[in-house]
Amino acid sequence: MVEHRHWSMHVLPHLILGLGVLLVVFPVYLAFVGATLDPATIANGQMGVVPGNRFIENMSRVLLAGAGGSTREPVLHMLWNSFVMAMVIATGKIVISILSAYAVVYFRFPLRKTAFWVIFMTLMLPIEVRIYPTYKIVADLGMLDTVAGLCIPLIASATGTLLFRQFFMTIPDELIEASQMDGAGPVRFFIDTVLPLSLTSIAALFVIQFIYGWNQYLWPLLITSKDSMQTIVIGIKKMIVTQDALTEWQLAMATALLAMLPPVLVVVVMQKLFVRGLVETEK
Amino acid sequence: MADIRLDHVGKTYAGGFEAVRDLSLAVPDGCFCVLVGPSGCGKSTLLRMVAGLETITTGTVSLNAQVVNHLEPAQRDIAMVFQNYALYPHMRVYDNMAYGLRNRGVPEAEIASRVAHAAQILDLEDLLTRKPRALSGGQRQRVAMGRAIVRNPQVFLFDEPLSNLDAKLRVHMRVEIRKLQKALGVTSLYVTHDQTEAMTMADLLVVMNKGVIEQIGAPMEIYRTPMSVFVATFIGSPPMNIFDATSLGDGVVNIEGHRLLVDKGLGLQAGHMVKIGIRPEHLSTTPDGFTIHVDLVESLGAQQIIHATWGQQKLAMQVETDRVPAQFGQALVVGCAPQHLHVFDAQTGQRISRKDQQ
Repeated sequence: MVEHRHWSMHVLPHLILGLGVLLVVFPVYLAFVGATLDPATIANGQMGVVPGNRFIENMSRVLLAGAGGSTREPVLHMLWNSFVMAMVIATGKIVISILSAYAVVYFRFPLRKTAFWVIFMTLMLPIEVRIYPTYKIVADLGMLDTVAGLCIPLIASATGTLLFRQFFMTIPDELIEASQMDGAGPVRFFIDTVLPLSLTSIAALFVIQFIYGWNQYLWPLLITSKDSMQTIVIGIKKMIVTQDALTEWQLAMATALLAMLPPVLVVVVMQKLFVRGLVETEK
Repeated sequence: MADIRLDHVGKTYAGGFEAVRDLSLAVPDGCFCVLVGPSGCGKSTLLRMVAGLETITTGTVSLNAQVVNHLEPAQRDIAMVFQNYALYPHMRVYDNMAYGLRNRGVPEAEIASRVAHAAQILDLEDLLTRKPRALSGGQRQRVAMGRAIVRNPQVFLFDEPLSNLDAKLRVHMRVEIRKLQKALGVTSLYVTHDQTEAMTMADLLVVMNKGVIEQIGAPMEIYRTPMSVFVATFIGSPPMNIFDATSLGDGVVNIEGHRLLVDKGLGLQAGHMVKIGIRPEHLSTTPDGFTIHVDLVESLGAQQIIHATWGQQKLAMQVETDRVPAQFGQALVVGCAPQHLHVFDAQTGQRISRKDQQ
């Protein structure tokens, strides 16, 4: 069908695509430009679209020395905090949801359907809805300002369970029966057969949950008060709201760029596996 | 090496559906036993009960004189070939075959030799490093069989293994499976809905319908002496012609106004409603037969099937090509030798035979 189209018919789709790309990329480009200028130029409203020459200087200051003023932490440390949080949340979510999906799909136990629907209904309870009771419990357990307190309340994942459940239901029954004949019990079957087949789903879920963990703002803000525990998202926010001093926009921009980098890297690296995981039904 | 015994085996699902009813069967050691029947007759359920993949509601299944009702599939020393092959998609062919042995703690050297042996028998030697998705249907089927062979089990179970193959491959694999089983001498239970596979492969043929066994015997025995209309029309292709008839007593029946002579020894009373069965290949043109009108001629190459109408009833006739010139609309006079007439009771569908043959 595509070959028979006149070349002019390709123009419109490309225009629309180009427009979409521009809309998404332009703010990021501006952030890059901002990271290369000095604060005076930005504050004066003279920032154009041409990058300046302060890139290395801004970057090194932000990474190693911190922005001064409200954030005294070097961005490198905050990046590390964010990374740890995102990794723990992503892997924790995957482990828990794959095990619960396995239980719900492959075992018959009383209240099985109820258990599944309860898990499903927790989709209606993101962290923002349950903030008060969750905070109280974490505080009472003395987990404030700890990595555990930061990550554990966010680890249960109904989306993950749902994704894996749907995937497990596409695994043919005969495979389980062949495994049974081959002397593999439930654990063996899980490790030898289910896990290798789930790799693409795991990759897909990992990307989604890593970005979810990376972008967390409300919960880390509540749980952490020590500067050493701050995540990059909090760091950026703190750079901007200063009543008493001038916001150093170029540093904020530089930090924002750095904050975008890891999720982008994760997506790029996992991209192939990610798309396959959401689309393929290869048996 | 083992025999299979099923004693009054029954399976009822939660919901009340009775898939298998009070079924008893004895398969001797080394025998290739085929379970054949239409969809839903319970043959697959029976196979899965022997395998341990379904629970047994009543009765006992014994392998080699040991009751196995409560043993897990892996403990019964059996191997199964599935309809959809059920190969592990992420493992190479070698690992697919080695998996069961590894789980049982067989040393790697032994595994290597068993897999090599099976690969040689099944012509898989070049495929050992491939993954299942890089194999054709027939190759996957052979890997599935290789997986069963390396186990050296007491019993082979086949669940319609040829259903997913194309016609030509089916014919070829049918022969291969049979030769393999003969060479290995392992007792086998084979489920199929294809009566050709059933006839050509079985030592012992079990015809099932609605959860019960209709007839057990050697294939030709069942072919020549079907005990019910169901078995008569199920086994044999094209299926046996069945005609509604009324007995006039004294060894004569009336079909479509034509008087047909049957065995007097059957003792049919006048007025008894019966069904007369004649296999398509037993009809031939004779001067003192009955008249039929040709509807369609199908040519299979060496054989021809003539579809015709006899009064109100339809029939099919199988002859050697060019033996009988026939075209649409033509009238033919055909008949059948008396020894090839099968008589069934019209109400029960059961065969009516001489008192001394029962």
